[in-house]
Amino acid sequence: MMLLRYLSQIGKYFLMIKEVFKKPTKWSAMRVLIFKEIDDLIIGSLGIVAFISFFVGGVVSIQTALNLTNPLIPKYLIGFATRQSVILEFAPTFISIIMAGKMGSFITSSIGSMRVTEQIDALEVMGVNSLNYLVFPKLIALLLYPFVIGISMFLGILGGWMAGVYGGFTSSDEFIQGLQTEFIPFHIAYAFIKTIIFALLLATIPSFHGYYMKGGALEVGKASTVAFVWTSVAIILTNYILTQLLLSK
Amino acid sequence: MITIKDIEKSFGDSKVLKGISTVFETGKTNLIIGQSGSGKTVLLKSLLGIHTPDKGTISFDGRIYSELSDDDRRELRTEIGMVFQGSALFDSMTVEENIGFPLKMFTNKSDAEISERVNFVINRVQLINANQKKPSEISGGMQKRVAIARAIVNNPKYLFCDEPNSGLDPKTAIVIDNLIQEITAEYNITTVINTHDMNSVMEIGERIIFLKEGVLAWEGTKKDIFKTDNEAIVDFVYSSELFKKIRKAQNKGE
Repeated sequence: MMLLRYLSQIGKYFLMIKEVFKKPTKWSAMRVLIFKEIDDLIIGSLGIVAFISFFVGGVVSIQTALNLTNPLIPKYLIGFATRQSVILEFAPTFISIIMAGKMGSFITSSIGSMRVTEQIDALEVMGVNSLNYLVFPKLIALLLYPFVIGISMFLGILGGWMAGVYGGFTSSDEFIQGLQTEFIPFHIAYAFIKTIIFALLLATIPSFHGYYMKGGALEVGKASTVAFVWTSVAIILTNYILTQLLLSK
Repeated sequence: MITIKDIEKSFGDSKVLKGISTVFETGKTNLIIGQSGSGKTVLLKSLLGIHTPDKGTISFDGRIYSELSDDDRRELRTEIGMVFQGSALFDSMTVEENIGFPLKMFTNKSDAEISERVNFVINRVQLINANQKKPSEISGGMQKRVAIARAIVNNPKYLFCDEPNSGLDPKTAIVIDNLIQEITAEYNITTVINTHDMNSVMEIGERIIFLKEGVLAWEGTKKDIFKTDNEAIVDFVYSSELFKKIRKAQNKGE
């Protein structure tokens, strides 16, 4: 019974995505909505992403340094480990899970509040495709999400370098040597492929939970929590599948 | 004119509308009244196309809704204005943007033309010094005025109002009622109002249909209410002592 309910919800989710692309909103109105979503979702997330990335990058660097107790292991491994951790997992996946909380709850609560206060009904009665009006701009705005992750990668590594060098764990040259060691350009592509897929999940799953919520203000809060849980689950499962597909030989 | 014929609607085992047929006349305020759970909201949502009736037809000036193509339905919806119970104004927009929204979405008017039309309806509904305010910054009565202005800005042929007086004090409620009635006559709109406010019934009930347990139990005008012997409507309208006295006095006067 529970399985059937989940399957029915998944089916409803894909039907919602189909509806998002039907009957587009007038471009002059859509353009304004897209810029607003870029401001709310992308620009509004930069501060927290920068803060977390910088300090987590620093922590990765320090922890790697503290675990290199064997003098035979070269110090440049600190830079190497920081780069690998930040580019492969921390920036694309960990930041996306944080964004599932920040962006996701914002999306669910804003759409959910519109449902509760009949604003979505108002759109529908006027003849506006409410799913296109509400979800499509978020999808387009989140096409810029890879830039956020790019900034996260840069700041994560910068944080690692500062913590490593100014904390006295390694020299700048050794850290940079580590960054350049066995660099595989495809890892960057892998990270950004993941990021694009996560962006689609971040835009659509919270929208689904907000759009189809029923009840009042209390349910808006519950829907936000549920949306965060399911977005995180989807990101983690997709991360596993993509890693298996793209990196395993 | 909106004509409904033999409308039925069920949710699971519960039959909410049981074969309702009536006509909502153009240029008049048509009121749907009835107790909570009588099917008023379901009927209104069926008229709006939010619910699809299981049986029967709804015809907008001869256009049968269920037989229209998607494009024609979309076209028809642009001819509909709706005032929601809670106003349903867009929180993120100013009063001016809320009112201009249907014009931006469905017309090719320039910004200057939109602004001119918006200001015209703002004056019409007597909204003072609220253009740049957000809905949360204005009173409930003003929110209703904005909702009415938004509903009429694109010259609708049909105006639907769901409990337009809910949450308003009696004086403001009468002002809103009169505004809806004036606009209906002025623009020759078919207006359908869902209400259980007896003041509204007595104030603007040019045509009233009374629903009881999903059945059309009575129809007539506000004047007819004083004369009718229909027990269902008498029980409903004159449930308060005040209205009982009014009916008694009215009948004595005649």
